[in-house]
Amino acid sequence: MAVNKGWYFLGIAAAAYVIAALIKPSFLLPAMQFFVKIILKILPLFVLVFAIMFVINYFVSPKWLVKHLGKDGGIGTWILAVITGIISTGPIYMWYPMLAELKEKGVRQGFIAAFLYNRAVKPALIPLMIFYFGLMFTIVLTIVMIVFSIIQGKVLEKIVEV
Amino acid sequence: MNEKSIKKALISAAKPLYRTAPIIVGVVLLVSLVNALIPKTTFATLFSKNIIVDPVIAAALGSILAGNPITSYILGGEFLGLGISLVAVTAFLVAWVTVGMVQLPAEIMMLGKRFAITRNVLSFVFSILVAIITVLILGVV
Repeated sequence: MAVNKGWYFLGIAAAAYVIAALIKPSFLLPAMQFFVKIILKILPLFVLVFAIMFVINYFVSPKWLVKHLGKDGGIGTWILAVITGIISTGPIYMWYPMLAELKEKGVRQGFIAAFLYNRAVKPALIPLMIFYFGLMFTIVLTIVMIVFSIIQGKVLEKIVEV
Repeated sequence: MNEKSIKKALISAAKPLYRTAPIIVGVVLLVSLVNALIPKTTFATLFSKNIIVDPVIAAALGSILAGNPITSYILGGEFLGLGISLVAVTAFLVAWVTVGMVQLPAEIMMLGKRFAITRNVLSFVFSILVAIITVLILGVV
């Protein structure tokens, strides 16, 4: 059975802690407190991602995915990438397993890139951004970012698929 | 609902999550490490108030740092107060949420090296472009 490469990554992260603790031991407690805080925050998301993946696996065939979100997908593909990216919650890395599976099933890479870019547009945080930077700034930045998410998807496809 | 299909879908959904679990824990460990080791108050000293260099420094800073976007708003607000240009602050905000150096190893493992590196490089460049365009539009409006 092949060894899950993720364990090596986790080992490297743990080694970084050992090295940092030897250099600056005082950081350990705040770092661990922060770690526990994030883990508790993302646990419900893990369940959400699992539920979405189950629904996709049960109801959506790879054929459907390729047809609608693959190379032949039209403008609707990009709109879907923008909307799903905006409404998705939690840290970016929580969505990697689902996106990796979609990629494997033939979903276009530009869609995945646009989805990830739109995760930066968070409706729940808009009031805070308005508070710090003003209404006009928030509106303009949000629109420019949505436009650039599609540009990024298109450019990425051109580069990656050469 | 077919019981066999449900079982198959459950296994298909669980497998990638099981594979990813150590990667996610590793990323969270690294994010916590960066957060604890780098004092945020020292970031402002990196800027030179040069309108060309500052957006690049800001985008680089936003790419390295990780965490909740709210933290980037607070830092961005402080930078503005220190006289750092709006273009630089915007590049910082955009890079913070679109580029992820800390999670790059995880992204490479899950989505492929070519995809992850291209996406992050493009996001870095675009953070500066988005900042310039946003500020230009704001100047016109």
